[in-house]
Amino acid sequence: MRKLSIKRPSLRALTLPGLAFLLAMFFGALLIAFSDSKVLKNIGHPIAFIKAAGVAVWQSYLALFQGSIYNPNLATPHDSLLSWGPISETLVTAAPLMLAGLSVALAFRAGLFNIGAQGQFIFGSIAASYVGFHFHLPIGLHIIVAVVAAILAGSIWGGLVGLLKARTGAHEVIVTIMLNYVALYFLMYLLSTTPFLRPGRRDPISPDVLQSARMPLLLGSNYRINLGIFVALAAAVFVWWLLSRSTWGFRFRAVGANSAAAKTAGISVPFVMTAVMAISGALAGLGGAVHVLGSDFSLTSGTAGNFGFDAITVALLGRAKPMGVVFASILFGALRAGGGTMQANTDTPIDIVLVIQALVVLFIAAPSVVKWVFRLKNLKTTGELAAKGWNG
Amino acid sequence: MSLELRQITKSFGALLANDSIDLRVETGEIHAILGENGAGKSTLMNIVYGLVAADSGEIFVDDVKKEIKEPSDALASGIGMVHQHFMLVPVFTVAENIVLGHEKSGFAGRLDLDEARARIKEVSDQFNFDVNPDDLIENLPVGVQQRVEIIRALIYEAKVLILDEPTAVLTPQETDDLLKIMKELKAQGTSIIFITHKLREVKAVADRITIIRRGKVVGTASPDASQNELASLMVGREVELAPDKGTHAIGAPILIVKDLTIRDAVGRALVSNVNFEVKAGEVLAIAGVQGNGQSEVARAMVNLEAHVEGSIALNGTEVIGKSVRESLHAGIAFIPESRELDGLIGSMSIAENLILDLHDLPPYAKGIQMSPSTVVSEAEKRKDEFDIRLQSVSDPVSSLSGGNKQKVVLARELSRPVNLLVASQPTRGLDVGSIEFVHKRILEERDAGRAVLLFSTELDEVLALADRIAVMYRGAILAIVPSGVTAQELGLLMAGVVHA
Repeated sequence: MRKLSIKRPSLRALTLPGLAFLLAMFFGALLIAFSDSKVLKNIGHPIAFIKAAGVAVWQSYLALFQGSIYNPNLATPHDSLLSWGPISETLVTAAPLMLAGLSVALAFRAGLFNIGAQGQFIFGSIAASYVGFHFHLPIGLHIIVAVVAAILAGSIWGGLVGLLKARTGAHEVIVTIMLNYVALYFLMYLLSTTPFLRPGRRDPISPDVLQSARMPLLLGSNYRINLGIFVALAAAVFVWWLLSRSTWGFRFRAVGANSAAAKTAGISVPFVMTAVMAISGALAGLGGAVHVLGSDFSLTSGTAGNFGFDAITVALLGRAKPMGVVFASILFGALRAGGGTMQANTDTPIDIVLVIQALVVLFIAAPSVVKWVFRLKNLKTTGELAAKGWNG
Repeated sequence: MSLELRQITKSFGALLANDSIDLRVETGEIHAILGENGAGKSTLMNIVYGLVAADSGEIFVDDVKKEIKEPSDALASGIGMVHQHFMLVPVFTVAENIVLGHEKSGFAGRLDLDEARARIKEVSDQFNFDVNPDDLIENLPVGVQQRVEIIRALIYEAKVLILDEPTAVLTPQETDDLLKIMKELKAQGTSIIFITHKLREVKAVADRITIIRRGKVVGTASPDASQNELASLMVGREVELAPDKGTHAIGAPILIVKDLTIRDAVGRALVSNVNFEVKAGEVLAIAGVQGNGQSEVARAMVNLEAHVEGSIALNGTEVIGKSVRESLHAGIAFIPESRELDGLIGSMSIAENLILDLHDLPPYAKGIQMSPSTVVSEAEKRKDEFDIRLQSVSDPVSSLSGGNKQKVVLARELSRPVNLLVASQPTRGLDVGSIEFVHKRILEERDAGRAVLLFSTELDEVLALADRIAVMYRGAILAIVPSGVTAQELGLLMAGVVHA
């Protein structure tokens, strides 16, 4: 039987992101070569220059690989599996990013550009960590309460945006950018108040989340991989179901694709805006919970890192589809995890990873560049989402 | 100047848009090219004008072979074109638009428009165009904008003028004016290629008619041929242009509209004190030139307008104040004026578009869980019932032709229990075959005892379907007349002229 709206994710859909990634890696390699002091020393001697460049690029990308997927040097005589440890790091970074990416993707499908995943992520982190270090609850229940608190906090922070847009027409991009600042400074204010101050410390860092509230480790204490990645994957399945199998998702997509026609057919556009932003906020808030309960364990002013903004990139790269977001966030998780190793082991700074990320998105937004480079004629451009921006 | 096309062929992928077309336009002739949407008329003209390259074929001007690769080649050969969608910059004046691309600069690079102004005056006076070179385009009515396009072609010395569906955007009065202008141009020796699918206009001005169907010339006709003959040639089968209204029983009032006033966001009245009623088994047509408040009245029927006063009673129950959804489910089927903007969600599938209104009710959903297989199987049934030509109901609705899109809207709106059908411009932009289908379907609803409220700017449509006709002018109903009125009387009413 034919499925209604989901077409089987074909290899074709991966062609553009895949080639964009290859192209980005190529330009990354050029940057690595031309920023390496040993390479530049040989600039007058073509053969030595190319050799040195090859070595620099090889070593950097090898380190990137070893930091994110497989590193034989980590194996011990007792445990050869340890060489796969970097995958655990990749997935630990990917989990919160996946949730924040799903948040942006869901809003996108309803025609809303949620720049506010960062703020919603921060509120989720605050709620989850407060429940995590302040209350003493039994194992199991503690995690659930902390996660639910984060979901509520995120959905209120996101739903507020939808409500403002539905009632007053305030543009969600402006509102979410402003609310990101509010969230960040609210977090910094909290970190100066007694309940959030770690005993014995005067710098802004909260107490650690209690053991009972931490995400259970999946593979023992040698690996940081925890339940968070499964929470994120479950959320991806939920978002897929929501968008393609539920009446709510039907309305979200209808409003996202043509709100005038949706309204004419009797769908309440204000309701959709509020609901979608609340669910979107809940996903980002859940991301915050997975981050503080899974790997960070305490709040600082930098808790949210760049998750909420990378999420926009991840959603674009994943073409606002749940499956796409899963792959994109794992890729970004790998780049982040590997980037650290690369910086430690070679002369190449972690910033190269940021350049590669940016280039991937750039090439997806400008598919004709990819088509031109790879001499493709019939590649269907699937990057329109990134190219269209927020009025699409 | 004469223009001859020999064996023009053009294909887009598997679609043969033009198949060995031969055509000859004589000096000082109005040559109509008649065909349905998608028959290949526009492609052919775009080839002549150098916008599209033909796969094969030759073009002769005054029996001399010409290579036309760019619009500038066409202009140099004396061929001008007025596109269906005007190529004018709205914030520029008439003169600025006309010199665009051929600007002359005076002292210190100042734009010199004096010569252009003089030429525009000259051409405008010659043909009674009544165009002021210093008016801003955006302030001009559509009909005048079109004349600016014609002036542009004439100033660049077009001897063959291509008019691509020129009346599609015009009011009946503007259309009459254009037809007069065409005759005037012809009298002064300009040849005109008139592309259209409107039979009445063809018969009014054309000297010869070439009919194109599916990329091929299927025949030529003289303007003496009857409308039915022309339509049959165009569609390729017998068509019934004016559906048999038949005899039908008219019952009790279903819809009673009293003192309806509709305002815009700043409180200006767009519609004031409108009163009418529609009875069961009756078609009330609201005629009028576009922009006289009909769109707002139509939208108010399902509460899509925000600032509404008065009363709209459906079977005695007040509609105003309900949500859109409640209005639809109270028994109103609503065919919006723009199926692309308001009727359909282009990127969603045909099946999904068929249930936009019912997506959260059984059998399509249980609770919030939808049943995609039911959505598809119901769509298959609707597809057959409404003869929607498609490859798969899972394709995006944007892949359908205009007629099939409108069938999707009809199929959706008539799948609820309906007392009142509100149809706003239901055949705009459709081909003859689809118009026939939509008209038949509207009359079927009427025969089934429903009240039909039809909004249309097309005189022929109003006369063919209506039992009574209300004419709107400047936000008010000027008169309600019986269906026996002539097209001429109706045209005058639409222009705001009331009989003495």
